[in-house]
Amino acid sequence: MTTPAPAFRCDLTLRELRAGIERVQTDVEAALGAHGYDEGAKFAMRLALEEAVVNGFRHGNRSDPNKVVFFRADIDGARAWFEIEDQGPGFDPRTIPDPTEDENLEIPSGRGVMLIKAYMTEVEYVKPGNKLRMTYRKPAA
Amino acid sequence: MAEPFKHISAGKKDGIIRIDFVERNILDELNIHQIGVELAKAIESQTNPKVVVVFGNVEHMSSAAYGTLMKFQERIKVCTGQLRLCEMKPRLYEGFVITKLNRLFTIVEDYQAAVDSFK
Repeated sequence: MTTPAPAFRCDLTLRELRAGIERVQTDVEAALGAHGYDEGAKFAMRLALEEAVVNGFRHGNRSDPNKVVFFRADIDGARAWFEIEDQGPGFDPRTIPDPTEDENLEIPSGRGVMLIKAYMTEVEYVKPGNKLRMTYRKPAA
Repeated sequence: MAEPFKHISAGKKDGIIRIDFVERNILDELNIHQIGVELAKAIESQTNPKVVVVFGNVEHMSSAAYGTLMKFQERIKVCTGQLRLCEMKPRLYEGFVITKLNRLFTIVEDYQAAVDSFK
């Protein structure tokens, strides 16, 4: 019987978009590998994290170089939990137009949140909307 | 179109412009912006262009890249041209289905299917 890998936990302050994403993706991918997540799960979380961190810097912090994004993760063999918090005023996710509606289909933005919701098991915006919590639960074998 | 590009390769054969992406990951916003500029250059001064964008090399693509592709398709339509997307890996295609962009773009299996679809 093999001993399960210890849970991976991290609490990072991201100061720059691309370097921040690369740090997050490297750490998370290693943790997911250690806990036996398959390639489909890694793909889903990689995409969701990319969209979430970009949204934090671009839309939350409005690209203000004096603001940071906080990233927290807790990953074990059953689920991967993430929290992404920006320093913006927050937003109401219900105000994002549904990009899949016919009248919005040709609008070239607004699909990041939709991808996050599709790929993650649980997604929650904490009021005032500057903190995103998302969880991926490994399907039962 | 002999101009060298950094993020794409583009060539014209039998009246069809084929564009391939150089990078596996199309994620960084600055790169995506530059890709948009290169795509526009690839069809510059073409009339009724028939364009095939091949995704065979691409593993990951962020939602920011969708916008660039949508603008590219608009540009092609202005020139009364046609665009086909092909050779998407299943996970990449899934993103187009989730966002329903498979209704906006013509996505086919491979390059030959794209060429055939112009006839």
